[in-house]
Amino acid sequence: MYKLIQIELYKIFRRPRTYIAFAAVFSLITIIQFGLKMDGKTYADFMMKDLSSSITIEGNILNGYLVCYIMLQLLLVHVPLLIALIAADMISGEANMGTLRIMLTKPISRTQFMLAKFIASSVYTLLLLVWLAILALFVSMYIFGTDDLFLMKSSYVVLLKNGDIFWRYVGAFCFAAVAMLTVAALGFLLSVFAENSIGPIVATMSVIIFFTILSTLNIPIFNAIKPYLFTTHMNDWKEFFDIQVTENNEAIIGSIQKPEKIVNSILVLLLHIVGFVTAAILVFKKKDILS
Amino acid sequence: MQSVIQVSGLTKQFNNFTAVNDLSFSVNKGDVYGFLGQNGAGKSTTIRMLLTLIEPTAGNIELFGMNLKTHRKEILQQVGAVVEKPDVYKYLSAYQNVALFAKLSGITVNRTVIMNQLEMVGLAQRANDTVKTFSQGMKQRLGIAIALVHNPQLIVLDEPTNGLDPQGIADIRNLILRLSREMGKTVVVSSHLLSEIEQVATRLLIIDKGKKLIEGAANELFDPSQTIVELTAVDNNDALLRLQNSQWASNLQPQRQQSILLKLHKHQIPQLHKDLVGLDIAVLSLQPRHSLEDYFLQITSGNQHVQAYTN
Amino acid sequence: MKIYKCISLVALIVVLQTSVFGQDMNALVAKVKAKLDLVNDYEADGKMKTDVAFIKAPLGRVKVYFKKPNKFRLKKEGGISLLPKGGISVNMNSIVGTNDYVAIFSGETVLNNVKVKIVKLLPTNENSDVVLTTMYIDEANLLVKKSTTTTKENGTYDIEMTYGKFANFGLPDKVIFSFNTKDYKLPKGITLEFDDAEKPQTEAQKLKNKKGRVEITYSNYIVNKGINDSVFK
Repeated sequence: MYKLIQIELYKIFRRPRTYIAFAAVFSLITIIQFGLKMDGKTYADFMMKDLSSSITIEGNILNGYLVCYIMLQLLLVHVPLLIALIAADMISGEANMGTLRIMLTKPISRTQFMLAKFIASSVYTLLLLVWLAILALFVSMYIFGTDDLFLMKSSYVVLLKNGDIFWRYVGAFCFAAVAMLTVAALGFLLSVFAENSIGPIVATMSVIIFFTILSTLNIPIFNAIKPYLFTTHMNDWKEFFDIQVTENNEAIIGSIQKPEKIVNSILVLLLHIVGFVTAAILVFKKKDILS
Repeated sequence: MQSVIQVSGLTKQFNNFTAVNDLSFSVNKGDVYGFLGQNGAGKSTTIRMLLTLIEPTAGNIELFGMNLKTHRKEILQQVGAVVEKPDVYKYLSAYQNVALFAKLSGITVNRTVIMNQLEMVGLAQRANDTVKTFSQGMKQRLGIAIALVHNPQLIVLDEPTNGLDPQGIADIRNLILRLSREMGKTVVVSSHLLSEIEQVATRLLIIDKGKKLIEGAANELFDPSQTIVELTAVDNNDALLRLQNSQWASNLQPQRQQSILLKLHKHQIPQLHKDLVGLDIAVLSLQPRHSLEDYFLQITSGNQHVQAYTN
Repeated sequence: MKIYKCISLVALIVVLQTSVFGQDMNALVAKVKAKLDLVNDYEADGKMKTDVAFIKAPLGRVKVYFKKPNKFRLKKEGGISLLPKGGISVNMNSIVGTNDYVAIFSGETVLNNVKVKIVKLLPTNENSDVVLTTMYIDEANLLVKKSTTTTKENGTYDIEMTYGKFANFGLPDKVIFSFNTKDYKLPKGITLEFDDAEKPQTEAQKLKNKKGRVEITYSNYIVNKGINDSVFK
């Protein structure tokens, strides 16, 4: 099994297409960092226009932690496409290339084959997130410095102390990893049904967009299914950046407002991952290889 | 004779279409087993079932005395296959492709083993070039190198000469003969290129519309020293009647519409010439046909004529 | 005639009483000012708590500096600070420091079990930002327990003070600064929050949203040791 995973990782990282995602993340983040470095004050003033009529905010607001938060908000909507580029190509790409039939005439079980492929695409996903973390968090911390994190939610603002932030980012990135693995698992499942890569990639993104719309529409008829959609839970990394307060409205350092929401979301996402991968394996085991 | 492949009652149904219908055959150790049929006859489907790429609807497959369903891994360790056009990873080099598949086959990969394989198929000089620069023939040879790298006992080649030039075809033929005669391998070759099968096969299976038509030793099914001659006369019907009443009656074959076919030894042709004159048959042309091609055409498309002839 | 004499006498007594009281309020305020004037400068460590309904903030460490006549600076030790607009003039010196006011007696009350006099200060300078200040003065100790200030630019704010060790200098242990806030709302499309629908607010919650407090608890006052002007830049 380890040998299989090695081979799959070798195939992924020898392929030029793999590096598109890393380059895309690098370009996007660099552009955002450049823009904020040049004109971040205007952006910050615009965001705080409403609040600053009654509150004066002093300090290094546009610091590395806030820049990272802004980037995560933007990128974690688009990174799924980059994940789908590889994950949704895992089986259909082999079928398209014609290599699937050689692979499956070798003495490896289809279950092992599928598991190795999914594990390899998971490693790719995690590496992409590590790359994202290095650029979005560490490089931002270097360029913009660190300070307290001032976050504006829709109905309240949160101020997190400097020393109380880094562990939250570790948690948020771990959560994002599980969310992105869910996307990878979905792409992987859809990849089993096609013999070209475009179909499953487009299908993966379409499912995510469709479910995201259902998750965000506030129509009562959809509220019943929302808790079961994985897209409803994918954004809950933000819960790491909400804090509990005492009766006197004093923020409790080191706390999370709704930890149970994070745990619940992770469980839902993990269930989806297991479900998608199991379905993919079951379908693939019965599939006639005609390509 | 030790049986390497034993297939009984093999059937494959795709929705309403039956691609393979109750097929049974066996391949013995050391055979070069020719698997013949027109396009769409069910050859590739059968081969894919042998290689577990397709799940049979019914039937039983045993390789090396083991059931394919329950001993898949052990069996496939002994099988090397090229299924139709051999596609490999175009972004990797020839060496990397062979090494990758060798690892999958469970052998210890070292440079000597890989280079030997590439040497055998004439690709040693191009070992480090990416496959996307290869011609079709080179890719075919690379596919064979990959199939043989783990020294399998059974080699399955599905349409191995597709897209090859005459030299390439000759190379594949020579390789098959080497594998069989020098290395004692069992080879199953499927093709619709009858001339190639004829030159290498020791046993044949001919299928049509998913069904077995005939199976047996090649030399029992046709004698290469015999030939089919095609006679075209001014009046074919009159000529046929005269021949039916002559010593050549037993040589008559299921006839074609515009000509008469006779099966005879090559050395009998001069005598036939003389006797045609003696029988007062006005001959327009007398031409030898390709033996296996004719046999194949007879079997797969001429069944109704055979019936008409044997009354 | 006799009646007219009685009425005039009563009126004179009332006027005299009023002017005496009026003079007393100015004098009282002057006494408070004189007490505060004993402090030329001070710096202190403090813990600042921001209590606004729509702000979740932790306790912050601050440093406060004052230098006569009216230099005041509140610095948060690292990090981001959230302060009411217009800054916090949490010191009485800026209010009573000038002489440009008229002090009017406005009654007495009890605040935290202490009897206090309510004094209204009306600025005489028309250009002053302050429109009216109401002070609750503990006459016995010459300490301002509470003040409510209405300004032209920054609305009305309350300052409540609790005294301890440094009461002799008129320096509070705890200051609570209350102010009005506007409603805070950002569109969910900007914040990308797509959670459960918000529950409608009760009237009490709506009112709560409109008021904010900053509470500073002081320790380590260093009084009259000299402070460089550069601190206030």
